[in-house]
Amino acid sequence: MVLEDKLFTVKYTPDTVSHLTPDNEMCKICTNRICTKICPANVYEWDETHQKLIVNFENCLECGACRIACVKQSLKWEYPKGTKGVTFKLG
Amino acid sequence: MTENKKTDVIVVGAGPAGISCAITIARAGKKVVLIERGSFAGSKNVFGGAIYTQPTKEIFPDFETSAPLERRNVEHKFAILGEDDSTVVSYKNKTETAGSYTVIRAKFDRWMAEEAKKAGVYLVEKTVVKELLTENSKVTGVRTELEDYCADIVILADGVNSLLAKQIGLREDIQPKDVALSVKEVIKLDKNIINDRFNISDDEGCIYEIFGGPMLGMLGLGFMYTNRNSITIGLGITLSELVERGIRPYDMLEELKKHPTIAPLIKGGELEEYSAHLIPEGGYNKVPKLFADGVMIAGDAAMLVNNLHWEGTNLAMISGKLAAETALEALNKNDFSAKTLRLYEEKLKNSFVMKDLKTYKDLMDIAHKKSDAFLDYYLRTVNGFFKMFTSVDSVPKRQKYYNFVGTFFKERKFMNIISDIWHGIRLLWSILKWY
Repeated sequence: MVLEDKLFTVKYTPDTVSHLTPDNEMCKICTNRICTKICPANVYEWDETHQKLIVNFENCLECGACRIACVKQSLKWEYPKGTKGVTFKLG
Repeated sequence: MTENKKTDVIVVGAGPAGISCAITIARAGKKVVLIERGSFAGSKNVFGGAIYTQPTKEIFPDFETSAPLERRNVEHKFAILGEDDSTVVSYKNKTETAGSYTVIRAKFDRWMAEEAKKAGVYLVEKTVVKELLTENSKVTGVRTELEDYCADIVILADGVNSLLAKQIGLREDIQPKDVALSVKEVIKLDKNIINDRFNISDDEGCIYEIFGGPMLGMLGLGFMYTNRNSITIGLGITLSELVERGIRPYDMLEELKKHPTIAPLIKGGELEEYSAHLIPEGGYNKVPKLFADGVMIAGDAAMLVNNLHWEGTNLAMISGKLAAETALEALNKNDFSAKTLRLYEEKLKNSFVMKDLKTYKDLMDIAHKKSDAFLDYYLRTVNGFFKMFTSVDSVPKRQKYYNFVGTFFKERKFMNIISDIWHGIRLLWSILKWY
């Protein structure tokens, strides 16, 4: 099963602004961009042409792995607002 | 800041730790506000699958008759998966009262929170605590998105990521090796099909603890739980392993689901929900400072997890309760300084919580060092032994034993085996020695 189908089962109330704010200057010089690999919701994608980290924050499962794994420690990670983000029905 | 926003105790986070803490305080007649960031208690909470009967009863004596439970677990299976084969050890006991129940957190935590409200807890949902308020380095309250709340004591039960404990310097940032990233799926299946496949009846439940398979050589374990009309399957892998290998956790779960021993159990099921969560795995050595002036930390926020025994919610509940008892004493003495709140640490140390964490304090270090042995080579060896033992191919048995032993020593260097034994003894000694 592909991830998109998995995420389709998750209930989200997305905010209009991201609760995940990477420091893109650090991302540019980051050697492994591990966030693009380990995130269980594939929130992060590296845009090679624009040299920019794309953050699909709407898909975030709020686990916090990216914050801890970030080699550059340059990810501002907050909880979404009280009414926003993921709602697990079967956690 | 108005005086009517002042309460005796604020608890941040409505999970097992926070709710147990808040309800204990409310039952003693004190004013307590419980703040939860999710739209309801349980909506942000994820775990493997089971709550434990005895500790839960300490907080909710009648939960077995009133809480939303899925199944009472009568069987534990320990499955050692090779790439294609497996050895499964099972312990089943249908006659004794169940030691644990599977639950769905969105239902169970919500029920616990309702019980807390009935006891007088003031529950504030949909509210994120942005920071702790301090005065002369004493915690005096919390700042939410909308308003400030003040209290004599603030108890942090805000989960594994506890940004608040970090804010006031009680906790350092978690290292990738001290936390596991877990992904899980709840797969819908007919109740009768579940009962047939797991050889259980009625509301009986079966737990699988899974070693190896796609996680061979990695610091990671899989799990399966039976719910009423669904099966939970998931795995947790130490984050540093995922980082080093650059692998995706859900790819590993897909591999696990395809394993010949696992696939028939979930066949034909429909994915109901996918989720992910972090599990604190640092153990005793990574437990943060548990208290400071006006504040205490409980549950996952305090890294209180016994990963070898799949225990977390029980440590959360009991730590929450002990923090509450400490808060009540502090309220009676009207002294909220670290000196008084130190009692919480003492209570934890005298309880199974810290005793168990201390028992396994060397476990993760050795597991990190020896994952190629205990989570790979010896798992394969177990399967290899049974493969040899059960095969019928006209090769004389004595020859087979010789071949098996020969292969055992050929495939792992003698020095490594000595080192494995040494670490095994060291681990056993660290577990069994009397303090």
